[in-house]
Amino acid sequence: MKRIPFDLSLLFVFVFCMFFSTVCSDLVISKLDRRIDLTTQSVRTTVSLKVENNGDAVSEILLPFPEHQARNLAFLSAKISEGKDKTKGSSGSLPIEVANPKGVPPSLTWYSVSLPKELSKGGSLTLEVKAVFTHVLRPFPEKISQADAQLVAFQDSAHYLSPYTVKVQSLTIKLPEPRVESYTKLENTKFSGTELKYGPYENLPPFSYTPIVVHYVSNKPFAVAQELVREIEISHWGNVQITENYNLVHAGAEITGEFSRLDYQSRPHVRGASAFRNLVAKLPPRAHSIYYRDEIGNISTSNVWSDSAKTLLEIEPRYPMFGGWRTSFTIGYGLPLKDFLFRSEGKRFLNISFGCPMSDVVIENLIVKVVLPEGSKEISVSVPFSVKQSQETKFSHLDMVGRPVIVLEKKNVVPEHNQYFQVYYKFSNLSLLREPLMLIFGFFLFFVACIVYMHADFTISKSSPSYLAKLQWDEVQTAIQQFQNIMNRCLVAHDKLEASLRELSRTGDVQACKAARKAADSLLKELAKELKPLLSFLQSSPQAVQIMTKVEELVSKERELQEKLMLKHSTVVDSYEKKSGGRDIENRVAAVQQKITQLRQEVDDLLEVIDEI
Amino acid sequence: MAAPETPQPTTLRYAFGNALSFFVLLLIGVLAFSIRLFSVIKYESVIHEFDPYFNYRVTQYLIKSGVYDFWNWFDDRTWYPLGRVIGGTVYPGLTLTAGTLWRIFNSLNIPLSVETVCVFTAPIFSAFASWATYLLTKEVKGAGAGLTAAALLAMVPSYISRSVAGSYDNEAVAIFALIFTFYLYIKTLNTGSLFYATLNAIAYFYMVCSWGGYTFIINLIPMHVLLCIVTGRYSSRLYIAYAPLVVLGTLLAALVPVVGFNAVMTSEHFASFLVFIIIHVVALVYYIKGILTPQMFKVAVTLVISVGLIVCAAVLAVLIALVASSPTKGWSGRSLSLLDPTYASKYIPIIASVSEHQPPTWPSYFMDINVLAFLVPAGIIACFLPLSDASSFAVLYIVTSVYFSGVMVRLMLVLAPAACIMSGIALSEAFDVFTRSVKFQLFGATQDPQVNAGDTSNVTQNDVVKAEKSEDSLKERSSRKSKKKEKENVQTASVVSRIEKRLLVLPLEASLIAIFLLVLLGAFYVVHCVWAAAEAYSAPSIVLTSRSHDGLHVFDDFREAYAWLRHNTDVDDKVASWWDYGYQTTAMANRTVIVDNNTWNNTHIATVGTAMSSPEKAAWEIFNSLDVKYVLVVFGGLVGYPSDDINKFLWMVRIGGGVFPHIKEPDYLRDGQYRIDSQATPTMLNCLMYKLSYYRFVETDGRGFDRVRHTEIGKKYFKLTHFEEVFTTHHWMVRIYKLKSPRNRIRGKTKKSKSKATSTSSSKRSGARKKNPWH
Repeated sequence: MKRIPFDLSLLFVFVFCMFFSTVCSDLVISKLDRRIDLTTQSVRTTVSLKVENNGDAVSEILLPFPEHQARNLAFLSAKISEGKDKTKGSSGSLPIEVANPKGVPPSLTWYSVSLPKELSKGGSLTLEVKAVFTHVLRPFPEKISQADAQLVAFQDSAHYLSPYTVKVQSLTIKLPEPRVESYTKLENTKFSGTELKYGPYENLPPFSYTPIVVHYVSNKPFAVAQELVREIEISHWGNVQITENYNLVHAGAEITGEFSRLDYQSRPHVRGASAFRNLVAKLPPRAHSIYYRDEIGNISTSNVWSDSAKTLLEIEPRYPMFGGWRTSFTIGYGLPLKDFLFRSEGKRFLNISFGCPMSDVVIENLIVKVVLPEGSKEISVSVPFSVKQSQETKFSHLDMVGRPVIVLEKKNVVPEHNQYFQVYYKFSNLSLLREPLMLIFGFFLFFVACIVYMHADFTISKSSPSYLAKLQWDEVQTAIQQFQNIMNRCLVAHDKLEASLRELSRTGDVQACKAARKAADSLLKELAKELKPLLSFLQSSPQAVQIMTKVEELVSKERELQEKLMLKHSTVVDSYEKKSGGRDIENRVAAVQQKITQLRQEVDDLLEVIDEI
Repeated sequence: MAAPETPQPTTLRYAFGNALSFFVLLLIGVLAFSIRLFSVIKYESVIHEFDPYFNYRVTQYLIKSGVYDFWNWFDDRTWYPLGRVIGGTVYPGLTLTAGTLWRIFNSLNIPLSVETVCVFTAPIFSAFASWATYLLTKEVKGAGAGLTAAALLAMVPSYISRSVAGSYDNEAVAIFALIFTFYLYIKTLNTGSLFYATLNAIAYFYMVCSWGGYTFIINLIPMHVLLCIVTGRYSSRLYIAYAPLVVLGTLLAALVPVVGFNAVMTSEHFASFLVFIIIHVVALVYYIKGILTPQMFKVAVTLVISVGLIVCAAVLAVLIALVASSPTKGWSGRSLSLLDPTYASKYIPIIASVSEHQPPTWPSYFMDINVLAFLVPAGIIACFLPLSDASSFAVLYIVTSVYFSGVMVRLMLVLAPAACIMSGIALSEAFDVFTRSVKFQLFGATQDPQVNAGDTSNVTQNDVVKAEKSEDSLKERSSRKSKKKEKENVQTASVVSRIEKRLLVLPLEASLIAIFLLVLLGAFYVVHCVWAAAEAYSAPSIVLTSRSHDGLHVFDDFREAYAWLRHNTDVDDKVASWWDYGYQTTAMANRTVIVDNNTWNNTHIATVGTAMSSPEKAAWEIFNSLDVKYVLVVFGGLVGYPSDDINKFLWMVRIGGGVFPHIKEPDYLRDGQYRIDSQATPTMLNCLMYKLSYYRFVETDGRGFDRVRHTEIGKKYFKLTHFEEVFTTHHWMVRIYKLKSPRNRIRGKTKKSKSKATSTSSSKRSGARKKNPWH
């Protein structure tokens, strides 16, 4: 026992306290039943007190805690449980606040429970007080090797520390495993299985304190999140996105010496008993898009089961967590908006749980950030326990003014804090359309800008020679294009003539042929007229000099071709009128035909050449 | 200016062709981006391999501290105790690009993490690269070839291997910069516009920022200029394309800290200056020729040549003397190993030890460029019909890159764009010929209505219509926009061929079958590329997977080890490992390393190599003198991971022995064979690497069977005296050991061992410990 350091100063305090016992002596605790649950890393004590009033009416009951406990007190709640009258039963917890009664030593921290109605003289009630402490279990020894089991020491008093006289009391300590290294033996101490019983003790004066120490084996995970940042982002498109950043440490006895993977793999429960492999997060039902990663990427060792009541996410850190080892990771998931967002009195409110979804993780510093949609107004928060609250702004996804963020901070959070809290705000559905409209408008502007750019002339110096030359060149090109166009139409007319000749040879209809010729004649003349201004323009333009030769050549060739074609046409028609034989016609036309083919070839080539420029 | 008389159908057709090729390009971009996402879909959005981790870390620093701090960044987390000046030794192009991207996204309030931006930089830039290929090929052979080449490049496996999502390496942006620089050079050459020449210099600057491969540009372009001059193709356009590039480009290149004065002082840049002089001489000659009469000119030539030769000889002699006075002739090791493929294996084991610096094998050509290898010759022939300035450049590019890819596997990457351009030209020309034949047979000869013009021809034609249309759009002489009117050299040169082509009509059946076969070839290429992207090149290499009958098994040991180091060691602890893991350790574990993948200091690497190949005590002393606290080894023997440290061990011995002669390679080989079984030499069985790898390995299966080497290990039961195991990952792939603190027994010597790291104390103990290379 001597090995375990003990807070001696406490003893003096209690001796001192004896002299103050007159303060609240009117109340008497007639029956007290205390249960301490040591199965996890946080210590849960449940005290049921039957209080009787022998003096004046009182409206509050004082609960003192020694300093080493008060420092680590994470959660405290009290409620009245009346065995017979179940109606009021376990309804609401009573308001508790820190009290500072006069004349008491400062090393005790006092909490006062306000009763819903005053306890009159002679009346009695049963109070259930639940308290959760973190970090009161001390690993001893502080460093163990891989093969050792983890031993922890727990100290408390065998007698309930109370400013009132306690008539009958008993204490039950529940241990995780039946293996106990040692425990303080007092009268009426009983150890059986995993339970250690002290008491009953009768008629103890106020401030009785008998220190006890239990030194036992606990291989439960001592997972402590030194910091957890939960970000809850509401999107009115139908999603609540939750991102949780963990900074985890195994707060049990530190590992020393070698870590052998071989030993760990061959007998994981013996050689690695103190380590924990996995954690289970209980997420709300219908959670989707779950991810689990850290700063260097996805962590593949995770598993999800889901049913209608919950989604279970089993995550395994990258390596088994031995004492003192740290890790950090992020889990994220989406939740359907309609399960968590409701409307009341023209306001919307988010109703979502506060703490971390993992059981058995103690959080030293929890920061909950609620990111409301851009444009939310009249924001208010209601949390069932005291938190530090502040507000900031976050910019995300094309925001203009930023989203309001409610920041809630709380130290020492245990699973008991996993209660629902509410964030009320006003939000207009029209604001939803802002970002899509902005995008549409942005792209619209972009396209308009493109159109303007394509159609406007952005030349800086409109009088520079190169610019003028370019302009002229453009005109020349237009002219040449038109020229080509006309030439092509000429050629089409030629083709028509040829076609009419073929028709003639097939049907012998001279009149139709003549009509075709007339039409072609007039068309060609018209084209020649059209050609004139173009040619004169090209001649006058200095830019067109090098093409001009080709153009002129083409024009003359075309004219020649035209003449020959006409000649051929008239010859053929004539011979048809004279009814001469087919062979005869062919003979007469042969020379012309040869010339025509040659010219046609040349014209085509020239056209190609001009086309290439 | 729009001419109302222009016939509507043609304008519409051109507009349609333009819009179509625009959408085809867009789709090619999407294809290039999305084919690289297999790694994200099959694995996760994570940085791959080794070098990308360094780039990622640099980018993080850049974003956190700003660009000025980045230039001055002295990194003390690596090369302990020397450190490394990152700002002055890194090609900043990639990091600045990703940093800028990140800044743009963040200024738009789009919350992307740095990692996401880094992961997707490479796919984005491969889309850019395929567009640049389109532009380049369009300049060389028209838009049809351009589109084909862009589509080929979008999925060429060789490029995919370096630019999958997560492969955040210099090459990812450098290939884009390379192609774009070439495009601007050809564009300038075709237009003679000073505007493009300036852009060209800026693109070259970006390339210099991005990758050491910029020397390829600064040697290839002068070669082409020289070729043009020699073949009598000198023109003012050539001058404009070249002279500003050399002047501006060199000035800009000298601005990049890692290049600095190298831009004028190393032999890699020498060719560009020589050609710069030559082109001026030639320009002068042409000018004088213009103003003198032919007789006078002849006199002047004889005069100038006789004087000029003397001067040139003198200058050359001085230059050669200067260059020859430096031991490496002014060339860097990597460049020398390019010129002489046997150089590295003879003199620089560090360069030779990297697998990507080995010459490629034939299968790797087929794997990396697939059918392109067969299309390239056809493309070269097409480039000669007719030979223009631009197409001669393309030919020169493919020829040189084929040579370089033959020297180093890694440079296959430079070959890939060239092969794509050539194959694009070949495919497009082939389709051109065949579809023209089909068209001629079907519509040209009207009296022959084709019965068998069934579905096949329609379908195949549809494929080609795109290419044809856009080719037409090139010929467009629309008067709307002055910009498009740059004179197309290619076209004038090909007039003659076009007329000839009219006669080159193939029979209908033959061309239909040929089209069908070409489409089949293309389909085969696509299938191969998708397979390569999905199966061969998507693995991030830090996560390994294996498929067994009970599903996918993930080996995430590397990150397990790095995460352990990151969270469970002191922030200033030094970790020693072979240099391969240096970048990952600094980036993922955030711990100081002794050597990393930068390999700039051979002696330092040799020290680690020596420690790994020494017996335990000597190794402990070396590591302790380097202030090392943890030693990390990669061991694949349990699960059969072949690229572990035991397999790399011979290189450690070789590199260590190159500096510290007491390490002799034959000591580790039994009869010239490298083995770790009972036949292994005692030196091998007692060296640190063996011990750290196989410590307590025999207890896993009772006989110590190594699944990589397929033997039982030689020495099975041994204890470590100077090291203790602190962490081993789930599959034993990474094992981390801690140096034990010195025992009390040697208290009398503590004075000596205390200040080992500093070299000042080395003289004190030099006599005592000869094996420690530091003393």
